Amino acid sequence: MRPLTEEETRVMFEKIAKYIGENLQLLVDRPDGTYCFRLHNDRVYYVSEKILKLAANISGDKLVSLGTCFGKFTKTHKFRLHVTALDYLAPYAKYKVWIKPGAEQSFLYGNHVLKSGLGRITENTCQYQGVVVYSMADVPLSRTFL
Amino acid sequence: MEGQSVEELLAKAERDEAEKLQRITVHKELELEFDLGNLLASDRNPPTGLRRAGATPEAELQALARDNTQLLINQLWQLPTERVEEALVARLPEPTTRLPREKPVPRPRPLTRWQQFARLKGIRPKKKTNLVWDEVSGQWRRRWGYQRARDDTKEWLIEVPGGADPLEDQFAKRIQAKKERVAKNELNRLRNLARAHKMQVPSAAGLHPTGHQSKEELGRAMQVAKVSTASVGRFQERLPKEKTPRGSGKKRKFQPLFGDFAAEKKSQLELLRVMNSKKPQLDVTRATNKQMREEDQEEAAKRRKMSQKSKRKGGRQGPGGKRKGAPPSQGGKRNRALGGRMNSGPPPLGGKRKGGQHRGGKRRK
Repeated sequence: MRPLTEEETRVMFEKIAKYIGENLQLLVDRPDGTYCFRLHNDRVYYVSEKILKLAANISGDKLVSLGTCFGKFTKTHKFRLHVTALDYLAPYAKYKVWIKPGAEQSFLYGNHVLKSGLGRITENTCQYQGVVVYSMADVPLSRTFL
Repeated sequence: MEGQSVEELLAKAERDEAEKLQRITVHKELELEFDLGNLLASDRNPPTGLRRAGATPEAELQALARDNTQLLINQLWQLPTERVEEALVARLPEPTTRLPREKPVPRPRPLTRWQQFARLKGIRPKKKTNLVWDEVSGQWRRRWGYQRARDDTKEWLIEVPGGADPLEDQFAKRIQAKKERVAKNELNRLRNLARAHKMQVPSAAGLHPTGHQSKEELGRAMQVAKVSTASVGRFQERLPKEKTPRGSGKKRKFQPLFGDFAAEKKSQLELLRVMNSKKPQLDVTRATNKQMREEDQEEAAKRRKMSQKSKRKGGRQGPGGKRKGAPPSQGGKRNRALGGRMNSGPPPLGGKRKGGQHRGGKRRK
């Protein structure tokens, strides 16, 4: 387990910023506690300082996970964002897309969403923008590109 | 009138004489203590004159200094003199004052390996005679050193030992063994010295003179030797079954796990700020590389122009300047390769060169 290097931090922030933009600094600098990113076995975990100190007592090969996994770095050092980060991305998302109940199941099983299945969408969303997909009950489902 | 002036002159001369005498003789209540070896005079008289002077004692101090120096010089004049290369020199006696140490007391140096061993085993040095009777030369010779008693390299006849190769040079063998012993001794001496001064001793290619070394040391020496070529080890062949050495690169250093959280936060916020700002940030390495590339291209173009001018020295001057297509690309490239970098400025600021300029090496057409 170790902190991220400059390069790794930059790559990860660039990816996350596609969905939440400058709200990312609210993740970095939180009023209710010190949270930090730590790398363990190529996965990036977003963890509070308290939990981090407890996790440091576990040997590296026995430690499976800590905090929330945001994603992992691939072998060629690209960052892949995981769905477990959704809980932190959703509140800060800049562009949101709501899909109708009928299209929701289809989307969850991996199909594309047609225009008819689109319920609401934030205005001024440009093409190829990173968005967070919600169901009509405001439950964040996923993130994707438009 | 003249008589008066003469009298005046005489009186003046007398007065000067008296003054001089007065100057030379100084009256002190307590005699000064002299250490002529150190040119030192100690005045024990109470400084009443200075106390009376008050705020500005400069004049009093100067007078005091002059008096004491006069007394010291008087003493010096009483010393026995001699002549050294046309100069009259006084011979100073031995200094009597003991001066304090200039540097701190030297710490005891650490024991050498032999001394540690001897102390452990309780070996005391045996008293040996300096000279040994040498039968061969029939005289007393040293135990060791120049023209010693038993020098096996100086024998004129050596019998070939039973199991040795008959074509081997025994004399050369003995000389070689001696050289090895000397080298080993020197190495041990340097090591002891290094241990005493806690410095690293530079070893000749990492090899021990006697050849007894551990596998790891040999491996390290071999790796260093492999990289010590002009191409930094790129064209060194490996043995048929030799594997590539793992982990011979530099070890990466990461930040500590619980570093300064505030500092981490600050650096991340700074990174975000840079990312979010609309202006493109100046990448120094790219900028410098671009600048250097442009300079090289300008130089190459200039050189091409000069060579072209010299080629057609007799003939017509074409419409100078840019000639599109006329100089063949090969010629141009070759010129650039030859020209190279005659006046290289300050070394490039780190980083790879993007979009390349090959510095010599193979030029791909």
